[in-house]
Amino acid sequence: MHGTHRIVSKRQLSEEVFRIEVEAPLVARERKAGQFVIVMYDEEFSERIPLTIADADPVRGTVTLIFQTVGASTHRLALKNPGQSIVLLGPLGNPTHIERFGWAVCVGGGIGLAPLYPIAKALKAAGNSVTVISGARTKDLLIMQDELGAIADEHIVVTDDGSSGRKALVTEPLKELCRRTPPPDLVVTIGPPIMMKFCAETTRPFRIKTLASLNTIMIDGTGMCGGCRVSIGGETKFVCVDGPEFDAHLVDWDGMMMRLGTYREVEKEAHERCHLEMQLEKLGAQGKDALASEKEPAK
Amino acid sequence: MSHKEECVMDNAEMELARLHSAPITPKVRMQIPPQAMPAQDPLERRHNMEEVALGYSPAQAMLEAQRCLQCKNAPCVTGCPVRIDIPGFIGKIQEGDFLGAVKIIKRTNLLPSICGRVCPQETQCQATCTVGKALHGVEKAVQIGRLERFVADYERTHAAVEVPNVASSTGKKVAIVGAGPAGLTCAADVRREGHDVTIFEAFHKSGGVMVYGIPEFRLPKILVQAEAEVLESMGVDFELNFLVGRTRPLLSLLHEDGYDAVFIGTGAGLPKFMNIPGENLVGVFSANEYLTRANLLKAYMRGRAGTPIYPSRRVAVLGGGNVAMDSARMALRLGAEEVRVLYRRTREEMPARAEEVEHAIEEGIVFDFLKSPTRVLGDDKGRVAALEVLSYELGEPDESGRRRPVPIRGSEEVVPFDTVIVAIGNESNPLISRTTPQLQIDRHGHIIVDERQKTSIDRVYAGGDIVLGSATVILAMGEGRRAAQAINEMLQ
Ligand SMILES: Cc1cc2nc3c(=O)[nH]c(=O)nc-3n(C[C@H](O)[C@H](O)[C@H](O)COP(=O)(O)OP(=O)(O)OC[C@H]3O[C@@H](n4cnc5c(N)ncnc54)[C@H](O)[C@@H]3O)c2cc1C
Ligand SMILES: Cc1cc2nc3c(=O)[nH]c(=O)nc-3n(C[C@H](O)[C@H](O)[C@H](O)COP(=O)(O)OP(=O)(O)OC[C@H]3O[C@@H](n4cnc5c(N)ncnc54)[C@H](O)[C@@H]3O)c2cc1C
Ligand code: SF4
Ligand code: SF4
Ligand code: FES
Repeated sequence: MHGTHRIVSKRQLSEEVFRIEVEAPLVARERKAGQFVIVMYDEEFSERIPLTIADADPVRGTVTLIFQTVGASTHRLALKNPGQSIVLLGPLGNPTHIERFGWAVCVGGGIGLAPLYPIAKALKAAGNSVTVISGARTKDLLIMQDELGAIADEHIVVTDDGSSGRKALVTEPLKELCRRTPPPDLVVTIGPPIMMKFCAETTRPFRIKTLASLNTIMIDGTGMCGGCRVSIGGETKFVCVDGPEFDAHLVDWDGMMMRLGTYREVEKEAHERCHLEMQLEKLGAQGKDALASEKEPAK
Repeated sequence: MSHKEECVMDNAEMELARLHSAPITPKVRMQIPPQAMPAQDPLERRHNMEEVALGYSPAQAMLEAQRCLQCKNAPCVTGCPVRIDIPGFIGKIQEGDFLGAVKIIKRTNLLPSICGRVCPQETQCQATCTVGKALHGVEKAVQIGRLERFVADYERTHAAVEVPNVASSTGKKVAIVGAGPAGLTCAADVRREGHDVTIFEAFHKSGGVMVYGIPEFRLPKILVQAEAEVLESMGVDFELNFLVGRTRPLLSLLHEDGYDAVFIGTGAGLPKFMNIPGENLVGVFSANEYLTRANLLKAYMRGRAGTPIYPSRRVAVLGGGNVAMDSARMALRLGAEEVRVLYRRTREEMPARAEEVEHAIEEGIVFDFLKSPTRVLGDDKGRVAALEVLSYELGEPDESGRRRPVPIRGSEEVVPFDTVIVAIGNESNPLISRTTPQLQIDRHGHIIVDERQKTSIDRVYAGGDIVLGSATVILAMGEGRRAAQAINEMLQ
């Protein structure tokens, strides 16, 4: 049986953010901006983890994933090293609708900068003028800055603590851009749900078409389980097959955020257990090393 | 095993010995009572994932087989969708030739250990059995499914499973989309003719609903795995984690990758919801999600499994089919204190297998018949707190002859629950049809096929739930087999 994919490279971008490149020639060839994959760190006990395809190299046959270690599953994934294999299914979801809109503003927050990059790149390639707003809590969490900087016609950086760029939330510069004449033709926002919600509220009065890429809880990613459902303009939609992008002005943000918290308690427990296990493993390894060095001279 | 069950077995041996001391007339056969299925004690099993039904002993199987009258016209065979030679295989069991019996079954059914466990026998083979008819009760029919299970298990536990012969290579290639019962059956039959076969499966395990839907306590996953291994030994290739339509467009398989034919067995998809207010509250799950978490992703192994399951105390399951029974019994095993099944009609109309309903009741699942929710109520954190439930009464029969439930006005009551599992069926999976516009589908999204399972696209066939809507394992297999025949003829 085939179906696992080898990790070819791994880099730690910040304390919590990892970038891995995985061998998946078919996915690299078929994928388009806005699509994602589901990965598992093993075939028996792993959770299914949706991650956006941050980049792909059809010639080398690899896809790049960038993820933040927020809980037990992403931590376990971060333990995988080049040469080891993971489960990977994709590309999933509908590609971003790319055309020449005119002026596109791409707003990314934290880890959301990773999935924002392929979309910004595709919009640029389609002849749009592209402004990127990069936001994060602090400088260390600002990822993909070189890549985004290279394709953006205008690049605005903000951090919550002012450690890089302006000390502001992304909605501040976004509002200023909306006030320009002519205003942006399209806004794309990817990041924490609360940020996307406020981006939507910012553009709403200006009636600027705004797309958000939703990161709901998922199981299969193929339209079978219904776990990823959200209410869009009062209608239930499945993010994995109907999305992941939707009109940000129609999303029921509060409902979505509530559903994201479904397993918060259980996950916290799992996360703590995972940390404990990792520590034990480390201690175990140290113990073994210690034992080995003790035994060495006896030989 | 309890003392009571051991006695049943001893009795079977004694009965068998007594029976063989005199000629066995049809009258004598009709006097043998149907052999009860040994099962785990209900109070114990509601806390574990192990299989509920334990299977016949050899003596029980032989005694049960003696109940078969070997009817010339064999009405039971017409009740079986794949037309197993039922008197033939039961005759072998009467002689004690268990492996001979499996051989006969496997001529038409590749997965007897599975069908013996999950077929709705009471509406299929056993519904038409002469013995059941004569004794005025379908439950008194020859227990064909249990016998089928017995010989299949016997073959496996005696390491006697034979890998079917494969003809020499034809150099032709066939792609199978989906590793459910339809796909697996089609793959085996096509491979036997010497064609190269690749199965593409979206999940990381093969088996379809048999691994992600039907729980371990009803169908041990090791059985499904064993069947996939037989296919592997026949030389069938499995490409797991491969979503046809996304990882590769369907038509590229034909036009670029050199496949000579494609079979689509992608099963049902998109769970149906009730479309009542509150359905997106935290704690409302589709049965598909709940069961996939629990089965495929092993959420019941807390601490080991990465996938969490919702901690539930009072669970409402909506629906009356196998899926509802499985969800309810799974919730109980995952620690719920009270599980109630809400069904709009009555027990007689429930589509679930009779055995599953009995098992559920034994385990302490409560059934609220003639009830259906109108609203899910939440707390201030957006979590399920209660259901508003409406009562019904039975009215005039509808077109299907079933008496239609009519709501009783003003009967709404609010019942506290923290979890709601919706098990009212599926729409069809839209992925292949959306990404393959040439493929004709009906208004329910099911793929349209002719009597030989061929779709509107040349060299593309389909079968199973994606054609039939929610059906059964054996019907899906039947379609896979019919498609294989058509494919094999086309490739000659
Ligand atoms: C289509 C899609 C694309 C995604 N792309 C990326 C990506 O490119 N990079 C990346 O790092 N993450 C991405 N995510 C989010 C990622 O899947 C989750 O962070 C991951 O599943 C968390 O798993 P965990 O077990 O480590 O954490 P958990 O223990 O499950 O969760 C830890 C914390 O994160 C919250 N959380 C859980 N799931 C999500 C989620 N889906 N989104 C936001 N918060 C969540 C929980 O409420 C909890 O507080 C994407 C999600 C979707 C649906
Ligand atoms: C909980 C539950 C209990 C049931 N109980 C019974 C029972 O007791 N008895 C009985 O007879 N029937 C039962 N059924 C019904 C029975 O399981 C189905 O009718 C049967 O499995 C249908 O088989 P299939 O091969 O058509 O599809 P499935 O079993 O659904 O398999 C389809 C496979 O295709 C894969 N797939 C889908 N799309 C793609 C794609 N684009 N690319 C690649 N792979 C894809 C899926 O991942 C899946 O593995 C039950 C169903 C459920 C949900
Ligand atoms: S396959 Fe199913 S219907 Fe056919 S004989 Fe076996 S149990 Fe009965
Ligand atoms: S109908 Fe019943 S008694 Fe007759 S051959 Fe079939 S199983 Fe035996
Ligand atoms: S993830 Fe299961 S339907 Fe979307």
